Amino acid sequence: MSRLYVARNPRVAARSLDGEMMIMSGRDSTLFTLNRTATILWQSADGTTPLDQIVEHRICTEFEVEPAAALHDAETLARELASHEILQISEEPIPPRTPVAGESR
Amino acid sequence: MSELLLEMSVKAQKLNIPLSVQLDLTYRCNERCVHCYLDHDDHGEMTTAEIKHLFDEMAEAGVFILTLSGGEIFLRKDFFDLLEHARRLMFCVKLKTNAVLIREREAARLHELGVESIQISIYSHRPEVHDAITLIPGSLKRSVAAIKFLKSQGLKVIIANVLMSQNMQDYPGVRALAAELGVECTLDPTVTPMMDGNRSTLALGVDQSALRQVFRDTALVGDVAEFCAIPTPAGEDEMESTPCSAGHTACYVSPYGEVFPCVQFPLPTGNVRQQRFVDIWRHSEQMNDVRSIRLKDLTTCPSCSHAGTCTRCPGLAYMEGNMRGPSTQDCEKSFARTGIPSANMLAKKAAGASPRNANLVQIRPLPVSIGTSMAGATA
Repeated sequence: MSRLYVARNPRVAARSLDGEMMIMSGRDSTLFTLNRTATILWQSADGTTPLDQIVEHRICTEFEVEPAAALHDAETLARELASHEILQISEEPIPPRTPVAGESR
Repeated sequence: MSELLLEMSVKAQKLNIPLSVQLDLTYRCNERCVHCYLDHDDHGEMTTAEIKHLFDEMAEAGVFILTLSGGEIFLRKDFFDLLEHARRLMFCVKLKTNAVLIREREAARLHELGVESIQISIYSHRPEVHDAITLIPGSLKRSVAAIKFLKSQGLKVIIANVLMSQNMQDYPGVRALAAELGVECTLDPTVTPMMDGNRSTLALGVDQSALRQVFRDTALVGDVAEFCAIPTPAGEDEMESTPCSAGHTACYVSPYGEVFPCVQFPLPTGNVRQQRFVDIWRHSEQMNDVRSIRLKDLTTCPSCSHAGTCTRCPGLAYMEGNMRGPSTQDCEKSFARTGIPSANMLAKKAAGASPRNANLVQIRPLPVSIGTSMAGATA
């Protein structure tokens, strides 16, 4: 099975509010809030760390969850966020996009 | 405001986080609008490095919505450099501009940088009226051309139409122009006193009869009977409520680094050239004073029949001399809506004063600021 890479879409606006990520879509200004797991995924989505490593090193260490199930859930979540143009997903590493490469805070 | 953004605002207020900031990048302008409250001379604007540092501090403090305004923002030669830095920090960036300097190239760059929206001032659909307000011949033509460039990039554009006696009859034409261009349109009948306390601009505002006309236009207010209904008395929850977001989840920063609760609330609270933004936000005595105000604490308003529905602006009240007092312009709006005079209007009538003759504060420099023009106020 091929690896999946995830990157924050630089066209969105984002800020952490008390540990919860607020994301505004660059497409239509729709506002989303991410739960703790989705926030970890967002913050780790640097385009170069594979999703399975994010799950292993960031999600499984934070939550008591079986790695295979966690990876399945993370993939579903990543695809959903990508459908809203919040994340970019690819089977290849995703280089930072110019002119703006977002810094997550 | 969306339900989710409202929810986030409530959370931000509880956590004392400045969710939204307006920064005026400059007071310089290429138009000379008759109602403008600004001094257009440059008294020492923040440098590129200072503004970028401020953006860093704001992002750390939790600011999410950053509105860049002026003056005319495109007069800053470093505008796109600043915008790029702001977007790198992932602010939701909104712009306010007259758009005269926006061409295809600028519109394309704004699209690339992911600006959320661009608000453009349009006073009339007729050049002879719009240009007579901006005092720049050809300004309507250039602003409308810019709107088309921005729309062609898929950007969200909002026309802001300030209502004055000079353009009062043209708002349906502006709305039609907005519809034709495929953009939103907002209408605001509020004219603000000038920063130096000069109140001559107030004479440009619309009168009671014009306000009544606007508030009874179904195209603007929807259900007129509901919008103009006789107000119900304020309940206990309303008496405990805060007036608006100024100082609670929002504030304003001038081109000289001065921080105020709102662009329309010139109470100086500190300067980012001397203190960290977050320290001013959290610890300024003046900011905390603003935060402490509840409806029940106001001088005249708690007994007013409009208390529960009034749009009272604490900044306009401050400019009348008391931020805990009434705002005459909002009293006039409540009266125009319902036909019922406010407690403030009745008190002034009893005292024989005209509401428009209310003494306004003079705005004086902050003792701590560096060579600037706007700041401290005394009654």
